Amino acid sequence: MPIANHATSVPVIVDDEKCIAHKGCKVCVEVCPLDVLAIDETKGKAYMKYDECWYCMPCEVDCPTGAVTVNIPYLLR
Amino acid sequence: MTSDAKTEVIETDLLVLGGGTGGPMAAIKAKEKNPALRVVLMEKANVKRSGAISMGMDGLNNAVIPGYATPEQYVKEITVANDGIVHQKAVMAYAQGSYPMIRFLDALGVKFEKDGSGEFNVRKVHHMGTYVLPMPEGHHVKKILYRQLRRLQVAVTNRFMATRLLKAADGHIAGAIGVNTRTGEFLVVRAKAVILACGAAGRLGLPASGYLFGTYENAANSGDGYAMAFHAGAELANLECFQINPLIKDYNGPACAYVTGPFGGYTANNRGQRFIECDYWSGQMMLEFWRELQSGSGPVFLKLDHLASETIGEIETILHSNERPSRGRFHERRGTNYRHRMIEMHISEIGFCSGHSASGVWVNEHAETTVPGLYAAGDMASVPHNYMLGAFVNGGIAGQTAADYCAEIDLPAHDTADIAAEQARVLAPTRREDGLTPYEMEFKTRRLVNDYLQPPKITAKINIGQERLAEVRADLDQLVVRDPHELMRALETQSILDCADLAAAASLYRTESRWGLYHLRVDYPETDNDNWFCHSMHYKDARGRIAHRKREVAPYIVPVAADEMSAYHHLRIKTPVAAE
Repeated sequence: MPIANHATSVPVIVDDEKCIAHKGCKVCVEVCPLDVLAIDETKGKAYMKYDECWYCMPCEVDCPTGAVTVNIPYLLR
Repeated sequence: MTSDAKTEVIETDLLVLGGGTGGPMAAIKAKEKNPALRVVLMEKANVKRSGAISMGMDGLNNAVIPGYATPEQYVKEITVANDGIVHQKAVMAYAQGSYPMIRFLDALGVKFEKDGSGEFNVRKVHHMGTYVLPMPEGHHVKKILYRQLRRLQVAVTNRFMATRLLKAADGHIAGAIGVNTRTGEFLVVRAKAVILACGAAGRLGLPASGYLFGTYENAANSGDGYAMAFHAGAELANLECFQINPLIKDYNGPACAYVTGPFGGYTANNRGQRFIECDYWSGQMMLEFWRELQSGSGPVFLKLDHLASETIGEIETILHSNERPSRGRFHERRGTNYRHRMIEMHISEIGFCSGHSASGVWVNEHAETTVPGLYAAGDMASVPHNYMLGAFVNGGIAGQTAADYCAEIDLPAHDTADIAAEQARVLAPTRREDGLTPYEMEFKTRRLVNDYLQPPKITAKINIGQERLAEVRADLDQLVVRDPHELMRALETQSILDCADLAAAASLYRTESRWGLYHLRVDYPETDNDNWFCHSMHYKDARGRIAHRKREVAPYIVPVAADEMSAYHHLRIKTPVAAE
């Protein structure tokens, strides 16, 4: 069966102004228990790639510049 | 993604699978026992922030501290709370190891609540004894464990998901196979002994929100350890004693009556009245909770709004900075201020977890499974109600026992054909162009678990559930993934399906009701001690099917009088007879 791409909102938001992934920082990507964050290589910024969030917050708490915000996933709010 | 399997093979003495709570402590205690021991710790995520306590923990639920409780009292309490089906020697090994472990953690820098004279400040939550020790600054636990792993030179392999255990021709454990969740590369670890510490099967039922990852357990804990143990021929105990928890509705995190109880908070019905005498999580407590939800008195709430604002401020500080810190954000968006509104609660989806109930891979008091060289600890091992401190203590026991075992044997040989077969299984979804996604198959499996397997358990429903789950299994040859991340999800889906099949088969096997709501068999409503005062053991037979047998409950080392045994059966508050 062919596969459709399914659009969804993501709970983790990264402030591009504050994110220093372009300097080599990957802390949020490294600490995520579900491995749902990634670096957008063209922008040099972190982003949430997969909507598979346990809203546990290491990405936000461990970010050295305060660039990451964890929201409660919409289905749970 | 590419289908070429790049494979590295390494050798070690001890391999620990899972870097959450029990796994790191197993590695630490094995290294302390024998500093020359080579120890590899394989973790699906990153040990810095993995497992059930990725953000820390707000307290110990089962601390056995001199002056407050004795190991004998604790063994009795858990025996009663688990309706008598316990291997008391394992509970005693935990209870005796409890205080030394608290002292060890305290020395490492884990902060526990102490009174003015520096003594541990223990609180009462259980029905009988006093075992709860708050950790107001418990958010540092993972960092402290990580520091010890570095200090002791444990070799950590992050982002490798173990998929199957390897065995030697004589049945001894010989290592494990893992796959990198970002590159798809394989790592074969040959080892003399393996400790399974992969956490609960927490992605088994579907949360009421419908969000696959909105689970009570860390959603990374998808039951991989249960599935690996099953396929390696280990026996799994009492899986029908499901984990079901009373949680904050939709948020699906703990409401924390344990934390709020000592401050005066309690579980209430829609009139703000207490209906249970004790907030300790047991099957009997969950049965009363479920009955209240079914009656006109639901929903059920956590009631704090009668407390002083300063007290609530203290509660907020604890609950919003440890374990599940996004909880404050959830309440804020809904406008739920604990001072003015009760917190709506609900019943969780089902799972396997000995940390809170009793469903786990069978282990004895030495953390040994039924497979030589294979050990298990933490939420996935069968020591009942063992919580975080149990994961630490039993992880430590597993590490010490395994270190001794490693000193006595040579590295076992494995069959390379097993590796080839496992790689073919793992990579199959990468070799398809289209088909069914892991997301769809997981959703369907877990939706079927809710529809057919969650209590009250009805034979006719479970039978239909088994048919539907068999159809999902038949669809596995259509599973397709596009990258290594999706491959991880596809492998987890297969663990979840294995656990769903085990949950159904285990529930049918025990033809009685026991453990309150956890195993409420409508067709067999009575507890049948004549035939079922035993552990039920579930394992894979020679033909690959789920088989069962009974295991006798070993003679108690702490006797329990008959009138004490029913203490947890009278949790509902007695209502006075109406005056008229």
